[in-house]
Formats: sequence, structure tokens, C-alpha cells
Amino acid sequence: MSYDVVVIGAGPAGMAAAVQLAKLGISVCVVDEQPAPGGQIWRGVERNATSPVFKALGEDYQKGSSATAAFHAAGIDYQPAAQVWQIEDGWKVFLTAEGKSRCITAKAILLANGAQERPVPFAGWTLPGVMTVGAAQILLKSGGMLPEGDVWIAGAGPLPLLYATQLLELGGKVAGYIDTSQKPSLKALSHLPAAWRDFPGLMKGLRWIWKLRRSGKLVRNTRNLRATGDGQLRQIEWESNGKTRKRDVGVLLVHEGVVPRIHETMALGCDHDWNDQQKYFAPRVDQWGETSRKGIFVAGDAGGIGGWKVATVSGEIAGLGIARFLNIGIDAEKLRREAALDDGRKRAMALRPLLDALYTPPQTPIADDVVVCRCEEVTAGRIREAARASAPDVGAVKAATRCGMGPCQGRQCGYSVQALVAEVNNLPVGDVRFFNIRPPLKPVTLGEIATLQDVEA
Amino acid sequence: MDADIIVIGAGVVGAALAFGLARDGYKVKVLDGKNRDLRAARANFGLVWVQGKGADAPAYRRLTHQSAELWPRFCDELANTAQVQVDYANPGGFHYCLGDAEFENRAALAERINSTAKTPEIDMLSRQDLEKMVPAASFGPEVTGASYCRLDGHVNPLQLLDALHKGIAAQGGSVLFRHPVSDVKPLATGFAVNGPAGTLTARYVIIAAGLGTPDLANSHDMDVQISTTRGQILVTERLDPFLPFPASGLRQTAEGTVMIGATQEHTSDRGVSVGSATTLARRATRIIPALASVRLVRQWSGFRILPPDGSPIYAQSKSAPGLFAAVCHSGVTLAAAHAAIVGPAMINGRLDSELSDFSDGRFHV
Amino acid sequence: MFRSVMAGLKEQADMTVYVNGVETPAWDGETVASILLRVPNVGRQTPVSGETRLPYCQMGVCFECLAVVDGVPSVQGCLMPLKDGMRIERQRGRREVGQ
Repeated sequence: MSYDVVVIGAGPAGMAAAVQLAKLGISVCVVDEQPAPGGQIWRGVERNATSPVFKALGEDYQKGSSATAAFHAAGIDYQPAAQVWQIEDGWKVFLTAEGKSRCITAKAILLANGAQERPVPFAGWTLPGVMTVGAAQILLKSGGMLPEGDVWIAGAGPLPLLYATQLLELGGKVAGYIDTSQKPSLKALSHLPAAWRDFPGLMKGLRWIWKLRRSGKLVRNTRNLRATGDGQLRQIEWESNGKTRKRDVGVLLVHEGVVPRIHETMALGCDHDWNDQQKYFAPRVDQWGETSRKGIFVAGDAGGIGGWKVATVSGEIAGLGIARFLNIGIDAEKLRREAALDDGRKRAMALRPLLDALYTPPQTPIADDVVVCRCEEVTAGRIREAARASAPDVGAVKAATRCGMGPCQGRQCGYSVQALVAEVNNLPVGDVRFFNIRPPLKPVTLGEIATLQDVEA
Repeated sequence: MDADIIVIGAGVVGAALAFGLARDGYKVKVLDGKNRDLRAARANFGLVWVQGKGADAPAYRRLTHQSAELWPRFCDELANTAQVQVDYANPGGFHYCLGDAEFENRAALAERINSTAKTPEIDMLSRQDLEKMVPAASFGPEVTGASYCRLDGHVNPLQLLDALHKGIAAQGGSVLFRHPVSDVKPLATGFAVNGPAGTLTARYVIIAAGLGTPDLANSHDMDVQISTTRGQILVTERLDPFLPFPASGLRQTAEGTVMIGATQEHTSDRGVSVGSATTLARRATRIIPALASVRLVRQWSGFRILPPDGSPIYAQSKSAPGLFAAVCHSGVTLAAAHAAIVGPAMINGRLDSELSDFSDGRFHV
Repeated sequence: MFRSVMAGLKEQADMTVYVNGVETPAWDGETVASILLRVPNVGRQTPVSGETRLPYCQMGVCFECLAVVDGVPSVQGCLMPLKDGMRIERQRGRREVGQ
């Protein structure tokens, strides 16, 4: 199969770009990991429209209905439930769906594959019972799953508050909430009602914070959070005012912000810049979303965290940018001006600097006994030891310890290993390169690879 | 002098030479290159391999045998000095044959090698033999048998490199990372090794810088010639142990992953290709069809170092004695010999008498 | 650890899946990963130390939700919607190659 454009990701950015491209008469195929469009933010939005969780998920979520409807209406070729496992020059997109692999070629590619939650290792984070807030929210969107037992939330940023609100709305319970944000913490939020993209949600969040405070469930100024248990989460403990506190816990949900998905752009050799405030790499793009590699475009959170509104606008801009790249005789600049996309982006971005300043990633050193690489079970101590005995190079540490060699391919440990190598060598974190990303981007069976047709050796 | 001996190149060749010399009491410094330099030592398949090597080069074959026999002791020494396990095992190894033609060709090679050996080196195994020796695997219908050499084994090449580096340090030597070298200058006594990270001096210098060796060595009246091919390797998720014998191109590691390799490609591109993955996966699944359900986790490439006749080059500068070069294809297999034989022969002036077959002079006859 | 809000609202489950051989009611929208969180003793055991893990990220980037689905090992559970009659088994450590 051959298209002008392959869009990877059917979230806000990918859908907006695809609709824009289709409108301009450009042939486009959207490939997405999920069985239905919407991305993580609008996951399951079509199915949930008739579900009791729909109301509780809030207005921002409900807006996904019109976006997915517009996407379907545009008559775009759409390959759901497919994982892209390699992209080769030319451009060839190799993907697997229902256990079979195939290749789609395109003149341009848009990576709109979004973000992942920032993995922040702490003692006990691998125990069953510990998971991310984002994961719990996805469970809510996928079959209406609510956590049971004593549910604790530990984290920073709007998402944990939003999730807590949604949970309470649906009759769930939260036993305690550890605010891990650095000063200015939750208090700053009350001065920034506009920082919430969903105002009613914010008010609920604030009401809930007040409620939490009164109930004594809100815990702040904590250090050294640990999860403990014998093969299953039983307790959490932390230090506060020099004292160790313990609580029995059934589920612990953690969240420390989100970071762009960069494995694809890294594997393609695109240039990346280090965002030192938010401690992540993002691909360097021009004003149309094109990376340093001609024909590879990025839109949405994959190009730097901005949220769904920014993602939507950046998808539309990238759509025009790709049309411009394909040289199909449209005046992209004019269309961009007429649609006031830059104003739209500016508005959507207005509060981002403030949010980024409010919620900076935790900088606490990882204790030696904490597992950093979940797949290969490599501790911070072993990574430090390897880093001391090698060049300031994550590749050398990976070779010596196997960290980053498991199936997640460094998606969980990459930034932690980078930070540890920087710490040992007394370097700024951004001066240490990320893992060298090797294919496949997702594990694929040897059988699928062996039965690929028409590949050149 | 900063050291008795400076070894330029901290890959498996340079590190093994340095490890042996440090053990002999010399003060060694090993210089590693930049982070993104090509490193065959980090792309290695991990075979300690005898069968088929140096079929037409008796000296190379002898050295390979010696190294394979030295490997168990070398491995113990490494474990003792470096406290690193390198997952070495030498159960013997296979070369699988698909179809009758491959089997007959392999049998002919085995016969040619065995005819010049004191004791037969390679046995041909029938499919039934294979099924008995590897009961947990089910072979594809095309598998006709394999050649088997009892001297063959395998090792974790990354742990080997780590162990060598730690072993050098444990014996008073050091590995200096991010220390690229631009040139070597002879002094009245010894040498100055220059680079952006500064100058170091030593009585002896060994250049074991892989593909970078000719540039450094040949300006000092040496004739180190090498070419290169790219090899791509696949590695799978961890599996229950089912392949007790390593094979050329197919082995199960101590962790349980299966390595599949390696292509031979004439290119200088550092990347990998789906096409090559397909080629490798097809052969592997023809040997063991059940591998079709196994997930590929990683694919990478490396560059082989190939002297024109396939044999290693151990050279000494004629204009600047005390300056040596060492390059070879089989750095892992020869690691034990490099530590015990080659390094000492260089420093003790026995290169010409003991290892003259490997001199660079052989290329201009 | 988790339950569906539907359990209290609907009279009947949307489908039935088999978890380690046991009939288990399930809901539209659920993935294999949510089953791992609802039913005991089906979370994967790592191929390194053998310790038990449960899904962590739900968005395809942690690989903690690997399971044997309809006989196929190492399936990423969070990317696999449940289907009626699906068989889900625990992935125990290093998987077997099979014959």
C-alpha cells in the first residue's frame, strides 16, 4: 500500500492533521495502536458516550466526540489496533496488526504518537498494586474500572486531581493524597483557576482539595515515599517533619507529569533538544512541524507537552506543512493565516509555561536499592557502579548492566539512567545523550518478519 | 613515563592484550575512543569458535586452537580478578545444514580440515544425532544435520568487555574513556601518544584500535590492511533454555535470549534494515520453526575487521621498534591468546620468532 | 484491585472470558490488562527474578501486562481488547518456545 502521508497516532493531533490533509485532497492513512480513535485523552470516547462514566469524565473528554466524528466523516483510511515497529527511509512504515506484519509506503510521515507518563522510580514501585494515575484513568475509560480498597494517590500536576475528582464522582473512594509537587504546591493552583483547561473540573478539584484538607487526607512536604509488601503492595511509608509515617494501602497511584514519546524520532535520527525545565528530549521541529529529517513531521505532545488543544492546532499546522512539503500547489501560508492557527496555538499555549514552572519533575536522587530498569531488574546502585567504571555514556552502562535491553526498550528507565550517568560524572543531565534506540520499535515476532513479502535484503 | 605500555583501543582486542600485560606486572593504560565510535566489541555475537577458522591458514588455526584451550583458565582468572561472570560455556558448537547440498559442502570442509589435524576436529552429525542432542527443540523439515566441533563455545561479549576493563583496573592498570588518539610520536625512549584529551607517554605502545588502526600505524612503517563488512544481529525475548549448544548464527544466551546473526554486507552505513532482519529470521525459522512465535526485541549492526587473508595482524614498526599493532576478526575467540601469548610476545621481543606468520610483511611478497 | 462500575448497573456482563481456565464475566471496553488487575494470580512473573508484576502504564510502554492470550505468549495486554470467549493465562517467567 502506498499513500502520500502516513499519520501515526489517532489522538487529537493525528486526527486533526488527517482531517486537514483529507480536506486538501491528499491521500492519508492513519495508523493507531488503539482499537478506536481518540488517543489516550479521548480513549474509548465513542463507546463511552452511552456509558455512566461519560458524565464523570468531564467536558474535555466529552469534546472528543465531535473530534472523532469529524475524523470518521472525512473518510480517511484508518488502521486501528496496529503497532508501528519500524520506519525506514523512503518512507516505509512497517506495522503489525492481528499478528501479521506489512509495509505501507508514504512520501511523508506525521508522528502524532503523543506522550507517556514520566517514570519516576522509588522503592517498591514494581509491586503489584502500584501503578500510574494515567493508567488508572485509562482503566476508567476502558470498561469503567474503579480501584478498590484503600486507594492512595501520590503525585503532582493536574491529572491526579482530575482523576480523583472523576473517581469520587463515580462513587469511588480515596483514602489519602500525597502531594509531591514542590513549592509552590497545590496552593498556587488556587491563584490559577485558568490553569485548568476544564474550569468546572478545576472547581471540583479545588473543592475536593479543601475537603481533603479538612479530612486530613491531604499530605504534603513528604520525603522518601516507599511502597512495601511481600510480592503485593501492603503499606506505604514516607517521612514528614522528621518522622516516618506508615499507612496500610491497597492501591497506590503515582504521577509525575508526562513526557513526549521519542523512540520513533530518536530511531529515525531526528535532532532533539533537551528541555531542562521539564527534563525531557523533544524533536526539533520547524514552524510547520517538520523535523531535521525531510518528510518526517511531528505534531502534538510527541513534539513537546502541550495538551490536547495545542495538539489539535499543531496537527492542523502540520497538515498544512505536509501539503506544502508535497508541493501540491496550495498556499499553505495563506491557509494558515486565514484559519488563524498561530493565534489558536498561542491561546492554547498561554498557560503552559506556568504549568511547567509549577510542576517540575522531582530531582531527588534515586536510592541505590531501587529498581530503575523494570524489565531487566537493574537497580540504581548497579547503574551507578557501571557508570563509575565507564565513559559518561548510557550506551556503556546499558552494555554493562542490560538496563534498557528488555522489551520496553528503555521507555521506563531511559531518563533515570541518563540522570544517574550525569550524577556520577557530575555533568548537566542534558549533556548526557539518550539511549541509542534500536529497532524494532515494538517487539514483533520472528515469524511475522520472516513472512514479510517484497523486502530487499 | 605515564605507563610502561599504552594500548590504544579499549575494545576486546586491546583490553585482552592489556589485561594479560597488567597480570604480568606492567603498568598499562588503555585508551578508549569517543562515545559514538564504532565498537565491534559491543556488537559481537559472542562465539568462542574454532570450527572452520583458518581452514587454509595453519598458523591462524593453531592460534585459534590454543586460544580455545586457554579460554577456561582465562575465564577463571577474569572471574577472580574482575568479579564479573561472563557466562562462558564450551559444550561444543554446531553449524546447521539446510538441505543436502549444504550438508555435503560442510562435510567436504570438515574432511579437508580433519585430514590435516592430528585428531579429527569436526564431526558431521545427522538429523537424528541432532534430535538426540537437542531434545527440547523441534527442527524444521529442511534440517539435514550439522557439523560439530567439541572445542567451540560461547560467552557474553558485553560482560567479557566489562570484565576485562575491571580486571585491568584490579591489576593496577587503567582504562581512560573518551580519550581519542590523533597520532603517536616516537621519543628518544618510548613514545608520546597525542590526542585532544592530552599527551601520554609510555615505553611501549600497542595500537589495537580496530578500523582506526591503519591510520595510526601505517605512518610508522607498518602495513596494516583491513577491510570491513557490516553484520546485523537479532536478539529475542528471554526463553526457557532449549538450545544447549551454540551454533554459528544461532545461540541461546545464559539469560535465555536467542541471538540470530549475522549478515555480510558491503556498506559503511551504521544502520540496520528490515530486509536483513527478514533474511535472518527466515533462516532461523527454517532451522527451528517454533521460533516464529518468538518476539524480536532488538536488532543492531556492527562492522567486522577483516585483514585481507582473514588471519590476524600482529605487527611491530620497523622504524620505531616498541610500537605495535594488533587487528583481527576474532577478538572474542582470540582473547585468551591475546592475554597469554600475543601481548607477552610483543613486549618480550618474541613477535618475530613466535608469531611471524601474522606479520604485516606478508602482504607485500 | 479493580471493579467495573458496570457491575453494579448492568444485570448481565457483556461477555465471558476464561482466565487461567476460570469463567470470568467481562465488560465492553475492557482490555486483557484490566482482567489482570481484577483477577488474582494472572499477573506475569518476570523472566529475570520471577517476581510477580501487574500492569503499570496501560498505554503500551511498560510491558508489565504481558500475558498468554489464546495461546499466544508475550501479548501486550493493554493493547488487546477483550473478546467473548478469549482465554487468558499467566505468563510465567521465561516463556517456552513450544514444539
